[in-house]
Amino acid sequence: MSRLPEAFATDDPAFIPYLAVGDPDIASSKQYVEALVEGGADCIELGLPFSEPIAEGPTIQKAVVRSLSGGITPEAYFEFVEDLDVDVPLVCMTYYNLLFRYGADSGTKAGEGDYEAPGPRPFVKRAAEVGIDGFVIPDLPAEEADDLRAACDEFDLDLVFIVAPTTTEARLDTIREQVSGYVYVQARMGVTGAQADVSDQTAESLARIADWDVPKAVGFGISSGDHAARVVSAGADGIIVGSALVDIIADGVENDRATADVAGDLREKAHELKQGALRGARESPEAEGQ
Amino acid sequence: MSSDSAADGKFGEYGGQYVPEALMPAIEELRDAYERYVLENEDGFVDEFRERLRQFGGRPTPLQHAEHLSERYGREVYLKREDLVHGGAHKLNNALGQVLLAKYMGKERIVAETGAGQHGTATAMAAAHLDMPCEIYMGETDIGRQRPNVFRMRINGAELNPVTAGRGTLKEAISETMRDWATNVDDTHYVVGSVVGPAPFPEMVREFQSVISEEARKQSEEQFGTLPDSVVACAGGGSNTMGAFARFVDDENVSLLAVEAGGSSLAVDEEEGVAPNSASLSTGGQGVLHGARTKVLQDEWGQIVESHSVSAGLDYAGVGPELAYLVDEDRVGAVNVGDDAALEAFHRLSQEEGIIPALESSHALAYLEEQLGPDADPDEGAREALGDRIVVNLSGRGDKDLETVIEETDKRDIPNAPDMSEFAGGL
Repeated sequence: MSRLPEAFATDDPAFIPYLAVGDPDIASSKQYVEALVEGGADCIELGLPFSEPIAEGPTIQKAVVRSLSGGITPEAYFEFVEDLDVDVPLVCMTYYNLLFRYGADSGTKAGEGDYEAPGPRPFVKRAAEVGIDGFVIPDLPAEEADDLRAACDEFDLDLVFIVAPTTTEARLDTIREQVSGYVYVQARMGVTGAQADVSDQTAESLARIADWDVPKAVGFGISSGDHAARVVSAGADGIIVGSALVDIIADGVENDRATADVAGDLREKAHELKQGALRGARESPEAEGQ
Repeated sequence: MSSDSAADGKFGEYGGQYVPEALMPAIEELRDAYERYVLENEDGFVDEFRERLRQFGGRPTPLQHAEHLSERYGREVYLKREDLVHGGAHKLNNALGQVLLAKYMGKERIVAETGAGQHGTATAMAAAHLDMPCEIYMGETDIGRQRPNVFRMRINGAELNPVTAGRGTLKEAISETMRDWATNVDDTHYVVGSVVGPAPFPEMVREFQSVISEEARKQSEEQFGTLPDSVVACAGGGSNTMGAFARFVDDENVSLLAVEAGGSSLAVDEEEGVAPNSASLSTGGQGVLHGARTKVLQDEWGQIVESHSVSAGLDYAGVGPELAYLVDEDRVGAVNVGDDAALEAFHRLSQEEGIIPALESSHALAYLEEQLGPDADPDEGAREALGDRIVVNLSGRGDKDLETVIEETDKRDIPNAPDMSEFAGGL
């Protein structure tokens, strides 16, 4: 049963941080997730690293390399999630091949012995068992998502889709049919990465999907409390922050800092972002009208 | 030009469009442009493309009877001389087609990835020819082993962006080019270098390359009055393979053989995340890589493993989805030869026919030696499939590979090679 609606249950905007699980190792990663929850996270996107992260910018690419070098596998990821002691909904963010291949045989043709054909169901089943609530799969457009949608429906998990500034009106309809949990509004073009400013595109993008009955969370380029405030005051129901947090971990690795110190910085950054989002909610036209 | 694949971009279970949402509209725009200009010849696109292939590209290329190889193998061997295309490889057919299409689409900037540098070189040449700014992504490892092409790209005015991620080869360069495209999709076209990637790229690249089999078919009928018994082509991503096969697919009497890089071994070292080969048709499993469902070299979890081949142009962990489909349907035979056999074949063609082949093409030639050579331990079915008249697609010339050949020949025991020690240390 997905707990994603809980993240958006109050009028307060949801703060959704992203971390690559296993970056730079499983034990630190666990402390980092806990720190983010202490700092105010309402839901966490737990990245399962894939060797070809084509939608990610340099910050998350490097995190993925660190994590893969540390030996993360899908099974280690599931065990990590199972061991987590945090009380917020969890979203698995990864690339389609890892879902497609989980539990499948390495042979190439169906009908050979006990061959298990590749497909997303075994992965979704295992994810449901360990307490995952939904998925974001950046290389799986709505058109290719029927198999995963069916598996998510079977295990009652959510499937989040991204809406980009370039998404056409016709495709918005396709995405609307497939999306659940929240819609991930991509604030600007390109790949993930912290930016000095957030795009004016956000308000426009939110307006295009204003009548969708699913929460709207904005991501790509949010790196400060002020950004968070602006995005929320533009109408977002939540903010998604990845690279600005992963930067803190990268700095910890490069400068050989203690895990507890890095966790402290993450807690502080999470607090800044959450407070920014709350400030944005108070400043939004909606709030002023009340 | 015509197309026989389904409009949904699928080849059986393979193909599709597995890309970030931001790219989906660009891909739709491209499909629309491909259908209008390439399939329906709107605004005379196809006429202009063909004229430029003649004037700028030097087409048609000969179908040359290889006298000494024919004598050696007791069969008639013909070489489709794509090494004589401007730039030295079949890659120009596709690059010219896509850069011209980008121009028709009103795009203002070209990006491309390259492994061996042949596609980057062809794209840089086509972009200069058609006056389009061009940036090429190339892995650092490949930059090191393909210097002549690096110089050629720069000389033709392209910007070269080194890619340091991973092992610094084609796989990483493709990922990086996709990121650029996702960022600049409004004014930029990504010239994908092979029959890989999201639909419509596999189909479109095959169409641009199908000029190879279109000519070979006509030349076969003119030169020996019938179709060949077999067509043999090396397969990395598969663009020269699909180009050489496309117009023969419906001719059931013509055997089609895709020769992959067997590297040093067909095994995959999952512990190290490395396959010491690039034989995804022969040994890969179904997966999703770089926008398409296809056959992929991967570990038990679905992480893509590093591939290996002595030929940088074949060194890729995936393969075109249409080729994967044709292999599953038993229309195309997937075979492979190792690094040493390819080097031997390189020296043989150079010495016996006076043609220095690309290391990629040397794999196709090596397969003939393995099945038909004096020391062959042949597979009778394979010998029969090759038949009496064999067309080998010579996908490119080997000038770009000379440094690799010197180095690799020097450190191995290649029986038919000249002494390379005098060149060791560089040309």
